[in-house]
Amino acid sequence: MSWAVEVRASVGELGLDVALEGDQRPLAIVGPNGSGKTTLLRLIAGAPAEMAGRIVVDGATLFDSERGVALAPETRRVGYVPQGFGLFPHLSVVDNVAFGLSVSAQRAGATDRREKARALLTELRCEGLAERRPSRLSGGERQRVALARALIVEPRLLLLDEPLSTLDPGARRTLRAFLAERLRSRGVPAIAVTHDLRDVEALEARVAVLERGRIVQEGDLDDLRANPATDFVSEFLDRP
Amino acid sequence: MSEGATTAARWISGALAFLLLAVVTLPVVGLLAASSPADLVAGAEDPLFVPALWLSIRTTLATLFIVILTGTPLAWWLATGPTRWTRVVEVLVVLPIVIPPAVLGIALLQGFGRQGLLGPLLGGLGVQVPFTTAAVILAQVVVSAPFYVESAAIAFRRVDVDLMLVARTLGASPTAAFFRVAAPVAATGLFAGAALAYARSVGEFGATLLFAGNLSGTTQTMPLAIYTALESDVRVALALALLLTAIAVALLFAIRVAPAALSARTLVSRNGGSNP
Repeated sequence: MSWAVEVRASVGELGLDVALEGDQRPLAIVGPNGSGKTTLLRLIAGAPAEMAGRIVVDGATLFDSERGVALAPETRRVGYVPQGFGLFPHLSVVDNVAFGLSVSAQRAGATDRREKARALLTELRCEGLAERRPSRLSGGERQRVALARALIVEPRLLLLDEPLSTLDPGARRTLRAFLAERLRSRGVPAIAVTHDLRDVEALEARVAVLERGRIVQEGDLDDLRANPATDFVSEFLDRP
Repeated sequence: MSEGATTAARWISGALAFLLLAVVTLPVVGLLAASSPADLVAGAEDPLFVPALWLSIRTTLATLFIVILTGTPLAWWLATGPTRWTRVVEVLVVLPIVIPPAVLGIALLQGFGRQGLLGPLLGGLGVQVPFTTAAVILAQVVVSAPFYVESAAIAFRRVDVDLMLVARTLGASPTAAFFRVAAPVAATGLFAGAALAYARSVGEFGATLLFAGNLSGTTQTMPLAIYTALESDVRVALALALLLTAIAVALLFAIRVAPAALSARTLVSRNGGSNP
């Protein structure tokens, strides 16, 4: 299971020029606000934009500007959990999770998909939330539900945009461990945007530092510590 | 300012506000006071009444259907399309709100009349639009569509783009994502827009009179029947007026109350909780 992303795009003021690759080990993208982290995830997910480059996941070409390949988001099998989790407000938790089974090529019957969704919710220890609306969930519960919703369609790559940033410190600790364990047990490669060194440590992730649309440093935390390339990297590593 | 002057200012502003309130509500109160149940029954039995009511029901429902069917994709495009184009188109769409209805009536004749832009083409096909029921519907569509499209576009703009992207990554086609996510999330605004547009089409008078005429059973809707009845039997006008008032109150209720009930399910949940 490996992936490679090469993206050149200009979105608004930002010029993005990034080449990254990875395997099952999660990759954490860190960088100052406005450096293009969210834009990068959205482009990999298939958000409409003028871009050039190549995206290959698990041997499948999702995008290749030279060969004129540009798969629509629905055929990429890339899971996307946006900042704030993006739960559908008009659907109950179980219908949020089952959504992918109701629209995808692997469409299942209503009873069947709700059963599958419930099973996954149980696995993620939130079976009690099934009939609730997203508005009635805590931040941590939303994160689990959003993760369940992304995982149910068995993505080849998972994109997580600040999956822990909106949580209070207590929930954040619990959910950080939870997320790390889930990613390991599922074996899905993940790219996670984060602002927190502890997220990187818990996920045992490789780190790519994005500044003004460019990768300025990439490697293990130890590599970064040994030789921080920019002031931002030093500050990021110094944070408690 | 002295205390006396403050008190005086408060009285004056209160009196001015009350004056406006009285002017706004007095006609409706007068309408209710003027009609006895016997008058209303007599009015409803007049030969003008039923055809006008039936025509209004048919034409406004047809208008609503057309406005939603064509206005929804237009509103979606206005909300998600390239802004340099959508800004221009949006101005064109809302133009009928500010153009006087009588002017729209003339404009419709210039567009679809025998001597109008499309006149020769329509004539060649053996179609005549002015002074037919189709003209009534066309006039209603033109005056009411802007209310729906504007309200729907605002509602669609409030749908988080990430919700749509998530739906797509989960396997939804653009159409499925629209119907399963965007439309339900924007339902409150769509509903309010449809109610506003419906209210506008029920009350449409000026453009209809000029473009469609005032023919009983064919183009004489309730507002036109009121106009006609005033010249013969004021009781018919009052009965029609009260019915239109009842429809208006029901729509106002729908616009004010239903969205609040709906938003308890959708909008609040979108803004609540931990979303930044």
